[in-house]
Amino acid sequence: RSEKRTQKALEGKMGIRFILMVNKQGQTRLAQYYEWLTLEQRRALEGEIVRKCLARNDQQCSFVEHRNYKIVYRRYASLFFMVGVDDDENELAILEFIHLLVETMDKHFGNVCELDIMFHLEKAHFMLEEMVMNGCIVETSKANILSPIQLMDKAH
Amino acid sequence: MNPFSSSTRLRDMIRSIRACKTAAEERGVVRKECADIRASINENDPHDRHRNLAKLMFIHMLGYPTHFGQMECLKLIASPGFPEKRIGYLGLMLLLDERQEVLMLVTNSLKQDLNHTNQYVVGLALCALGNICSAEMARDLAPEVERLIQFRDPNIRKKAALCSTRIVRKVPDLAENFINAASSLLKEKHHGVLITGVQLCYELCTINDEALEFFRKKCTEGLIKTLRDITNSAYQPEYDVAGITDPFLHIRLLKLLRVLGHGDADASDLMTDILAQVATKTESNKNAGNAVLYECVETIMAIEDTSSLRVLAINILGRFLSNRDNNIRYVALNMLMKAIAFDDQAVQRHRVTILECVKDPDASIRKRALELVSLLVNENNVKQLTKELIDYLEISDEDFKEDLSAKICSIVEKFSPEKIWYIDQMLKVLSEAGKFVKDDVWHALIVVISNASELHGYTVRALYKAVLTYSEQETLVRVAIWCIGEYGDLLVNNVGMLGIEDPITVTECDAVDVVEDAITRHNSDMTTKAMALVALLKLSSRCPSISERIKDVILKQKGSLLLEMQQRAIEFNSIVERHKNIRWSSLVERMPVLDEATFNVRRAGSLPASVSTMAKPSVSIPNGVAAAPLVDLLDLDSDDILAAPSSSSGADFLQDLLGVDLGSSSAQSGATPTPKAGTDLLLDILSIGTPSPAQNSTSAIDLLSTADMNNNSSTALDTLSSSAPPHIATTASAGGMFDLLDGLSPSPSKEATNGPAYPPIVAYESSSLKIEFTFSKPTGNPQTTNVEATFINISPNTFTDFVFQAAVPKFLQLHLDPASSNALPANGGKVTQNLRVTNSQHGKKSLVMRMRIGYKVNGKDVLEEGQINNFPRGL
Repeated sequence: RSEKRTQKALEGKMGIRFILMVNKQGQTRLAQYYEWLTLEQRRALEGEIVRKCLARNDQQCSFVEHRNYKIVYRRYASLFFMVGVDDDENELAILEFIHLLVETMDKHFGNVCELDIMFHLEKAHFMLEEMVMNGCIVETSKANILSPIQLMDKAH
Repeated sequence: MNPFSSSTRLRDMIRSIRACKTAAEERGVVRKECADIRASINENDPHDRHRNLAKLMFIHMLGYPTHFGQMECLKLIASPGFPEKRIGYLGLMLLLDERQEVLMLVTNSLKQDLNHTNQYVVGLALCALGNICSAEMARDLAPEVERLIQFRDPNIRKKAALCSTRIVRKVPDLAENFINAASSLLKEKHHGVLITGVQLCYELCTINDEALEFFRKKCTEGLIKTLRDITNSAYQPEYDVAGITDPFLHIRLLKLLRVLGHGDADASDLMTDILAQVATKTESNKNAGNAVLYECVETIMAIEDTSSLRVLAINILGRFLSNRDNNIRYVALNMLMKAIAFDDQAVQRHRVTILECVKDPDASIRKRALELVSLLVNENNVKQLTKELIDYLEISDEDFKEDLSAKICSIVEKFSPEKIWYIDQMLKVLSEAGKFVKDDVWHALIVVISNASELHGYTVRALYKAVLTYSEQETLVRVAIWCIGEYGDLLVNNVGMLGIEDPITVTECDAVDVVEDAITRHNSDMTTKAMALVALLKLSSRCPSISERIKDVILKQKGSLLLEMQQRAIEFNSIVERHKNIRWSSLVERMPVLDEATFNVRRAGSLPASVSTMAKPSVSIPNGVAAAPLVDLLDLDSDDILAAPSSSSGADFLQDLLGVDLGSSSAQSGATPTPKAGTDLLLDILSIGTPSPAQNSTSAIDLLSTADMNNNSSTALDTLSSSAPPHIATTASAGGMFDLLDGLSPSPSKEATNGPAYPPIVAYESSSLKIEFTFSKPTGNPQTTNVEATFINISPNTFTDFVFQAAVPKFLQLHLDPASSNALPANGGKVTQNLRVTNSQHGKKSLVMRMRIGYKVNGKDVLEEGQINNFPRGL
């Protein structure tokens, strides 16, 4: 039984639990979960979080507590980047991570916008895959993140 | 792609979804696309798979079901080309989860791809495995991953490392296989490999103590050197963030050092210098630097005591707290909550700033600050902090009042130095935020008031004044009318004035006005209205001069659309009408002091009742006694605390509170030695100066008919409003009325003859069944009582499959013998069953029991339930 408990405690601590990109109208443009939620749970969660975050103004801090998540979010032009993390995650580092993600996408798409992500959803996912695995950061160098993707583009 | 395919291109689908104006329109487009994809899947054209899956991912992101595409993922993964595999694995990660059977089928493909000659294919497989692997897959594929940790390309090594963290998390037994490989990763230069290697070590340390010891011994110094190197490293454009080289790696390293230093003085000692360097040298004007500082502070607080470092950490927190950036202030509050554990004084110094944060316009900051304040409270500062919080409660946002008032209440309850202060503060909270206050909080307040006899007058006057101003605060109104009902005479006559009070003039009419207001106000809920009726009934006995007016108010409620109100009005009215001349005022005596201990136990949620100790829950006892788990009996109260049964018979707080003042007067009346235990409302009435036997019986019959109606109405209530708390009270009072008749006939004679022995009781009676208990004590064992239960069928139908089940509170032990039969013939058929109850609190607590009876009438199941709390005292 104790094994099960450690298992449970560990599963609660996996760093990043989801990454969302949402536009100003509250429509999800990218969703990557690192834990399993049903369709209904995801829809409900996204709805609640988006409502909470979009209601906040620029002066307010970038952190919102929701259920047992902490949401770290940041707005870039018309797009909100929201990252759900565990309670003991370093919020400031997650903000920095969001920035790295945006810089990486900028580097690839050139000033990334909502449409780039919509029409290149798989590519956005491939970039995320290179950056985060199982809720942990794998790579922080933009060149390293993008090189497999560029390699693929060349092959086509 | 296939030029002959009929399906739309991905781009076109996205465009048409974007063009949708309404959700319904979007659903239509998605439905059509899904139908096309299904058709295309059935055609089984490999060229369409890639596109179909890309579409499905988009549809999945929008929140529509896409399960029908799962097998397509597997087909793509199994295909030889890299682009197909890539989209297949992506689909697998997005559309599937580790619980699905489909995942079993992918293990083989994964195994092949992990051994693929193309390292990019290996990378795909590692990534997918790292994100979705289940325990079984972890066991199957661990050797491959272990080998890949030493792969020549660092991009594979880093993925293998993170994949391993998932594997050891899923199967902790595999941890030791990875310890050596993980420690070798710590020596790498490649940042990706380092950061994932550190993560793997961290994971291993948290699940395996040997791993922790190993890394502590072998790797602490190496890690410190790595941290020093990147802290001092020259500018590296690829990793530089605002002048700091790879803050992410910094943070990972600091996290791992925290685990190694925690609980180990030597390791902590080793890292002192580097932590001091990070804490002092890191630039704090950019977010990246602050993120590192934040992590560093956390590590300093977690490792073993090096007090000079802690001063540094506290200073950093102080700086954070006074920062103008809300993000920084938020994390400062977060950290101070942890800091409180080792340096309360240092945190207390920031109290004023923290209190300011409670009033911040930003809800996230307010919430953190409020949590922190509640940790800061102690006996010395509780008065000042509470005052600040309550002052703020007056002006705070409506949506913050709920959290804030709950916090204040819990602080006040926990640290209150004296009762009057507690009552004052609670009154303020109820006045400002009464509509947000939870039931258990105002219940607790009533219990405290009831126990503070010297403050009754003061409290009722304060409440009266408050309710005139804040009549919209529901819970304030409830407490006020309860107190006015109980202590109305003290209100009117200014009894028990404290020195600090200004005398007020309240006439009896004023008091009734307040209560009547609560009934007639359209937004009062039923509990409030019902409580108000009880208060009126009580007032009418305290203040005879206004009883006519009260009668009018009660009469009006006879036409209430709320069944509960109607019923109470009729009952109360008939009590007032018929029993004026038998000194009915003792019926509405002031409540006895409510038992704080009982209430607190119940509030803490520990259910008073536990399952009786049946020898074996064997299935085939003659009449099937309690083959069903007895826990079922307790189901009722687990959900709804209001319906919880009382654990000691005397102080069934909520029943008393919400219902008529049941069974309170027997102690004062002293006319009969009837058990105080229960709800024998009418027994009390009749025992008080019964004028003549004739009158006695008529009134009893009257009451019986009322009781009958009660029973019906309460079943109706059952279906109408399952959550209505007063319902319990009503059924209880109905039961009480039944008790009357049975209690009446046998008791006088038997009591006289039996002397010290215990009188038999009628434990339960319904229209079809009656249960009598007779008691005896085995000599030399006062704790144990033998109970002979007799079940009598008073209906014209035969009962079969008769089962009696019982449950008792924890302090009792119950043993049931088999019953004499499981069938009861019609019209007076009897079954007996012996019960043995052992009371571990003998002399302190009386017996109490819940029971459930099941039987069949003409093949139909009947279930009856009840609580027995009219046991004779002293059993």
